[in-house]
Amino acid sequence: MSDVRLRLTAIQKSFGATRALKSVSLEIAPGEVHAIIGENGAGKSTLMKILSGAYGADAGTMNLSGVPYLPENPHDARLKGVAMIYQELNLALHLSAQENILLGAESARAGWIDRKTSRERAQAALAQLGHEGLDLDRLAGDFSIAEQQIIEIARALLISPQVLIMDEPTSSLTQADTEKLFATIARLRARGVSIIYISHFLEECRLIADRYTVLKDGETVGSGEMAGASLDHIVTLMTGREVKDLYPRTAHPMGAVVLEVKAVASKPRLRRATLQLRAGEVFGLGGLIGAGRTDLLRAIFGLDDLAAGEVCILGAPTRAVGPKNRWGQGVGFLSENRKEEGLMLNQTITDNLTLTKLGEFGRMGWINGGRQQAVAQRWVGELRVKCRDAGQLIGELSGGNQQKVALARLLEHPARIFLLDEPTRGIDVGSKAHIYQLVSELAAAGKAVVVVSSYLPELLGMCDTIGVMCRGELTAVRPRAEWSETEIMRAATGSAG
Amino acid sequence: MKDIFRILLAKGGPFIGLILVIVLFSIPAETREFFLTYNNFKIIFTQTVIVAIGALGMTLIIVSGGIDLSVGSSIALTSVAGAQLLQRGWAPIPVLIAMVAVGALIGLLNGTAIAGLRMTPFIITLGTLGVARGSAKWMADNQTVNYDSSPINGWMTTADPFSHALPAGVWVALGLAVLTAILLRKTVFGRHIFALGSNEATARLCGIATTRLKVAIYTLAGAFFGLAGLFQLSRLRQGDPTVAVGLELDIIASVIIGGASLSGGVGTILGSMIGALIMAVLRNGSQQMGWPTYFQEIIIGLVIIVAVFLDRLRQGRQA
Repeated sequence: MSDVRLRLTAIQKSFGATRALKSVSLEIAPGEVHAIIGENGAGKSTLMKILSGAYGADAGTMNLSGVPYLPENPHDARLKGVAMIYQELNLALHLSAQENILLGAESARAGWIDRKTSRERAQAALAQLGHEGLDLDRLAGDFSIAEQQIIEIARALLISPQVLIMDEPTSSLTQADTEKLFATIARLRARGVSIIYISHFLEECRLIADRYTVLKDGETVGSGEMAGASLDHIVTLMTGREVKDLYPRTAHPMGAVVLEVKAVASKPRLRRATLQLRAGEVFGLGGLIGAGRTDLLRAIFGLDDLAAGEVCILGAPTRAVGPKNRWGQGVGFLSENRKEEGLMLNQTITDNLTLTKLGEFGRMGWINGGRQQAVAQRWVGELRVKCRDAGQLIGELSGGNQQKVALARLLEHPARIFLLDEPTRGIDVGSKAHIYQLVSELAAAGKAVVVVSSYLPELLGMCDTIGVMCRGELTAVRPRAEWSETEIMRAATGSAG
Repeated sequence: MKDIFRILLAKGGPFIGLILVIVLFSIPAETREFFLTYNNFKIIFTQTVIVAIGALGMTLIIVSGGIDLSVGSSIALTSVAGAQLLQRGWAPIPVLIAMVAVGALIGLLNGTAIAGLRMTPFIITLGTLGVARGSAKWMADNQTVNYDSSPINGWMTTADPFSHALPAGVWVALGLAVLTAILLRKTVFGRHIFALGSNEATARLCGIATTRLKVAIYTLAGAFFGLAGLFQLSRLRQGDPTVAVGLELDIIASVIIGGASLSGGVGTILGSMIGALIMAVLRNGSQQMGWPTYFQEIIIGLVIIVAVFLDRLRQGRQA
């Protein structure tokens, strides 16, 4: 291949005794969208940090447009033509869109901002993306996530990058916004920008990428044209084993109604939702982000106050509300936001796992640390959580393993009604498969599950009943057999009539 | 080698710091003779008592993710209240109980305001700093409050160079330190304090009554501050509404030097106690070296910065 924009050869990187990258090679042509695929811990983030100048490689060479590429830091990498859009957006939310786009590259004369040139440059960047209409004077914090991402991409375009790296860009976007982003990517590709695209959503990679490279345990294990590759083949490469049945289903009868939600509303988003949940049922909640799915779970769990309606937990000793009472009634809640709400990152696995029932590990307010530790260690083994031991700080684990611990908290409590909000967000395929299996086992054991997911194949794969939310209302509740991806999207966007 | 250095930092950073300052002051000719004697350490321990008892309460608050700036004022207010009760002829034990209760009451107000109004602890306690100091001056009519001799005066004395016994205050501080460490490590209450400081949203989600917990933490800490006020009274032998200005900063510094994180979820009683000792040793040593007080202030300021910097190095290992 003569026309190569970026070439990496045998890149290596170790942290102490851990070899994060053993040997990674990569070639990307101008105007190519290249998907980097791999499970968590495969070395994707390390590789991207080397590319974007945050780390230096221990060995191996990097070439950008034919000259050796050795960025000293992310700023240097940007100047050399490699820009990165991180999964967690880096915007100053109290500054305007324009100020954010020009941040660090302001047009100025003797320290005074040149308003006219600034405006022109920001507009030019947005025009390249086809988003001329964006209000440059609005505060970044007032934009939606999708628009904030556009602002960040515009900032990257300011210095005409040769290579643009996008890390999980769609993880918090709705379907419609994802499509818009893909249109933006297509525009950039047409302008000759090479794009490195990292995503857990394989279907998405297949839609947008020209070629792919699979990483496993810090090594390149395969690469090729996206057009000719089957998803099964890629998953096999990623996991090193064949994943046969991603959504296992054990036959299970449904029992009595355990949860009744009657015309519930809460501020600011949830307008009206009614549902019944039976023992042994997996109830899926679909809809766009902001449609009120999380609000519904929070209302059921008592984290938000009800503005109207009623939540009945049947067969519980008390009717009191609030998270503390819900746990007592056998209801468990898994937050969609592991880092900010779900877990205490600077505490141990043990404490995270047992936080809802510390009092039971001892008497009169004392904690029997040994018993607590033993219980946590048992779950670590049962769910195959990768860690040193249950005494390790949870912030040191990968996303998938953190999620297993968060779920183990519900299992240990033990809950009989599981409220799971985006349980597979941001975790690798192996851990996803494991969570699908757990949910299926829970249903078989007569537990009831409500699961929120933005990922349609997963919703259709694991649920018995699916309800779709649109603008704060739970409109359509039907058995799974009566749903298809298109129909869920229709109901979610309110175009089903 | 680097790893060993880091493990030492992680496990015994404050302790190494303490040894270091003790060794440093043992070497110069000016201090060599007296510094490393039992009598000098008796003085150092006694000088540490007030800050140490304050640091016990402050550790609970900082681990829970909060802060209390009103400690110095609380100590002044309780010591004025105590002195006035002694003027009226109250016996030592009822005075002790009353002073702890006054401290707890200020803590209860702080906690209720912070949890109930959902305001940041910094703002609320900055407010009560002024309110408590002003109230102390008002109650004392802007003068010191003198009383006839009381047994309380003996609880902090180091006057008798021939007696080897440590004053009562030192024993009280030591005993409470052990109890508080156990409370923080071994009980559900303690674990909930860590949970609250580590991630309040998680604590709430897991069914911890965070509002009640906050009120309990500030109230308990306030009780400690009331007790610190008692020993302040015992040391000064009069109620002084202008005493302990800025002491909250010494107390916060002890907790931070001891390895606690201002963002919550991290901290130990042992660390905070060593932090308090480091500050006392620095003061005592500087005095013996004949250094002026402004020089002590500069040194203590630098020690705080270095301690927190080392702490960041240690944190870097986990990031």
